[in-house]
This record gives sequence, structure tokens and C-alpha cells, in this order.
Amino acid sequence: MKIGITCPYSWDVPGGVQQHIRDLAEALIDEGHEVSVISPADDDTPLPPYVVGAGRAVPVPYNGSVARLSFGFLSASRVRRWVRDGGFDVLHVHEPEIPSLSLLACWVATGPIVATVHTAIPRSRVLVVTYPVVRTGMEKIMGRIAVSEAARTTLVEHIGGDAVVIPNGVATHRYRKAEPLPGWPGPGGAIGFLGRLDEPRKGLAVLLRAFEILGRQRPGLRLLVAGPSGDAADILARVPAGLRDRVVLLGQVSEEDKVRVLHSVDVFCSPNTGGESFGIVTAEAMAAGQPIVASDIDAFRQVLRGGEAGELFAAGDAADLARVAGRLLDDAPRRAELSAAALAEAARYDWSVVARDVLRVYETVILGSTQVAVAADPRGWPA
Amino acid sequence: MIADIILVIAAALFVGVYVSWRAGRIDRLHARVDMARVALDVTLLRRSSVALELATSGLLDPATSLLLAAAVHGTRNGDRPHDLAESDLTRALRAAFSQPGFRSSLSGNDGADELLAEVEAASHQVFLARKFYNDLVAATRDARGRPLARTLRLAGRAQDPVFFEMDDSLLAGGGAPSLGPLVG
Repeated sequence: MKIGITCPYSWDVPGGVQQHIRDLAEALIDEGHEVSVISPADDDTPLPPYVVGAGRAVPVPYNGSVARLSFGFLSASRVRRWVRDGGFDVLHVHEPEIPSLSLLACWVATGPIVATVHTAIPRSRVLVVTYPVVRTGMEKIMGRIAVSEAARTTLVEHIGGDAVVIPNGVATHRYRKAEPLPGWPGPGGAIGFLGRLDEPRKGLAVLLRAFEILGRQRPGLRLLVAGPSGDAADILARVPAGLRDRVVLLGQVSEEDKVRVLHSVDVFCSPNTGGESFGIVTAEAMAAGQPIVASDIDAFRQVLRGGEAGELFAAGDAADLARVAGRLLDDAPRRAELSAAALAEAARYDWSVVARDVLRVYETVILGSTQVAVAADPRGWPA
Repeated sequence: MIADIILVIAAALFVGVYVSWRAGRIDRLHARVDMARVALDVTLLRRSSVALELATSGLLDPATSLLLAAAVHGTRNGDRPHDLAESDLTRALRAAFSQPGFRSSLSGNDGADELLAEVEAASHQVFLARKFYNDLVAATRDARGRPLARTLRLAGRAQDPVFFEMDDSLLAGGGAPSLGPLVG
């Protein structure tokens, strides 16, 4: 199948949507499909062979923050050319409600169009989405995919129409193996955490309180914390002075280092207190074969098969976390068992599986439809 | 003796008149600040309505249209402080107008040139109104800050007027806004 995918955000800026598109495209190529991705990118950025650059994205204010987007008639012409020359069987646009390439693609193309909605849309933006120029483009979309139940809900409630939920996949092969960071996990054992430090729902505070209990019982135990935002001094101040040198804060880490962090600890902890729809970090830890201790919120209960692929503790309860994590640190055979179970379970979230679900959506919209073609232009733009 | 009394009364009268004149001046300045503020709000409203007209005109591609419409929406939904939202609208307009060949891609369409000129004129008016308003705010704050005005509280209960800071340049990189529609 010939598949055209549009990315609304700059390829050279790291982000969830870009990563999703990259993993999806590579999984589809592995399945033997022909894929072309068009994305904003700086001219000197090295691009994978399947990505076509649509020129530099321009920083503009959008919904209260500055986004780097591609818009305007030049970008529209580039997308039009890409559609015309591509001869795609299906066009897959991501985040079509963002004023960038995906919206332009909906505008310039006709034929089978599939859209993926990534973010839950805030109320104020919904008003703008109902806006005529955008609606015309949105009406051409024949199949909608939402990456989470929350994204689907906003779509159903505020924009109309429905979507199938196909969650993000995990490129499990990237997580399978990595060299631990030098000196880790160490003889005294180590616990790991990944996630935003300043967002209460990620539950770092619960883990720090549990570490207070565990650290006193186990003189060699260390805590490895990686994630963006948050003031290191501020976080260390929450740990008793005697334990401070055993808490290591790495700040934001690269994709490669993230995988190394996952392989640098004996037990990985997901202490989230709520607000998680899927728990991608937990799924990544599973793909790394980590023994996991996670709070018993719905999302984790599901991902960990009710405790078969990782231990659960009462969400928000630091004492319970300390108890469960302590037991696991003392029980190497149980850790090996959980590691194997996590690896097996993670295969269900692999991109190859997710890509097959996406393909089924493509196949459905293609039925009874012609190829993707350039739309008759209402304004006579140069092609 | 009587001459002394007359002198004291005359001096008191003179001081009274002077103080009352100073108070009156501060009062008048406040009134003019209020009027300038109204004028500024009118120009801002005019600018956002003409920006919305451009967004809905069908002249632009949908992405640029949506950017402008979202920025206009932001100036009145109260999610962000007013000055920041207005600056966002400026930046959205600037991003649209500074595309290479933007103007030539539109000219030839019915009414396009007039609409673009109107956007530029409205933007320029915002620049002028804000400059006049801020000048008056500066003068008023200065008058209120003098020792005599402070000690005698000549400003009464009137609030200290505040500057309206925003990005209002249509040209990339700041500087003066386009003068095109005014001189041409």
C-alpha cells in the first residue's frame, strides 16, 4: 500500500507526535508498505529517507504558547505537489486541528483520508475548530483515530463524529537492551523513576516518602530519578539530610539515556496518583524487562494485567509502596519472574501490533474509494 | 499689623489656588488617560475585527486562517492577560504578512488589496493609540509622583494608571509599524 503521512510539527524538535509518526512509519515500512512522510524541518536537518521536508516551521503564538508550524500558501503548494506526485492509496493526517501541514493536506487533497487526534482539545480551541474553513477540511476525513480515550471524548463531545481508539505503540526493540549507567545499579540496590518532576500526579512525592522508609532500612539503596522540570535543590530538600547523597537526579535525558536509566535499576517505580490514560513510561519499562512496582490506578492495573506483569501498591500510600518495593528488592527470583512477564506483556504494545490496527483502518476507508488526488482548487493556487 | 494679616491671607489664598490648580490638573490628566484608554480599546477591537474578516475571507489558506482566528479568539476569551493576547495577535498577523510573496499571492483576488490595507491601517492605529495612551500615563504618573501631590494626596482615590505594554509592530524584528497605508 502507498501511504502518505503528514506531520504538523517540526521533525527536528523532539515531541510525542513526531515520535509516534516515526515509529508508525517504520513499522509500516517493516510490513512492506511504501510510506512517505511530509513534515516541517530545517533545511540542514538530516532526514530519514522516507521523510520529505516541507521547509522551515515558523514560530507563532497558538493557544497561549508558541508553536513551530508550517502554514501559508507556499507550504500549501508543497503539500499539493507531494500529494500529486505521491500517488497515495491513503492519506494519514495527524492533528488536523492544528494550523499546519495536516490541515493543509486535508484542504488540498481528496480521497481516502484518515486522521489521528493525539491531544485532548481544550474547550476554547473547540470553538475555533468549528470554524468554516477548518470544517471543510475536517469533513473530508473518512476515518478517525484517537490515541487515548480522553482524546476520543473531546472529539465526540465537542466536534462531533466518532473515532476508534488505537493507543500509542512502544518500539520495544529500542528498549530491550542497553548498557546500564556506570556504577549502577550497585551492590545496595536501586529504584528508578522517569517522568515530569513538577507534576504532582506523576507521584514523585509518594516515591520520595517511600524512599525515606526504605533508605533507613537499607543502607546501600539508591534512587535514580530522570525527568524534565523541577528544581533539584527543591526536590532534595524533601529528602532527609542523611539520605540525600543516595538520591541521584539526572534532569531531562535523551532517548538513549532513558533506555539506559531503565536498565540501571533493580526495580522501576510508577507511583502516579492518577490522570494517566495508558502509562507509556510503564510500558517502556516493561519493554526493557524491568520488574515494576506501580500504583493500582486503572491504567496500570490494565497494562500490568492486574499484577501479573508487575507489583501494584495502593495509589498515594508511601508505606505500602515501601513494603511492596522492599519485598521485591529482597526477592531476586520474583524479580526475574516479573521481568519475563513484563517482556511478554510488552509485546502486546509493540508498534508492529499497533501498526496492524492502523492498517485495518486504512483498508476500511479505501473500500469503494479512489486514490488520493489533488482537490479542484477553489482559489487557483499555483501547483 | 493689618498689612501683615493681608499678606498672610493673600499668601494662603495663593497657595490654595495653586494647590487646587495642581489637583485639577491631575484630575484632568486622569480623565484624558481614561479617554485615551477608550480610544486604544476601540483600535484594538477594530484591528481584531478586521483580522477576523481576513481570516474568514477565504483568501488565505486554512492554516493561516485558523492561526488568525485563534489569535482573535484569544483576545476576547480571557484565557490570557489582555496585553499578551493582543501581542499574540500581532505576532500571528506578522507571521502571515511576512511570508515571502504573501501580498503578490493575494493581489488579483477581489477586495484582497483593500482588506490587507485595512489590516495594516488598523495595526498602525493600534500603534498610535497605544503610544498616545502611554505618553499620558507617563505624564499622569509623573504629576502624581511630585512631593506636593503625594503629601496632599491630590490624586484622591483615583487608581495609578498603568502602561499598556504590547508587541504592536507588523514588521518582523520590531521597530516602527508599516506606514504604507498612511503615506500611500
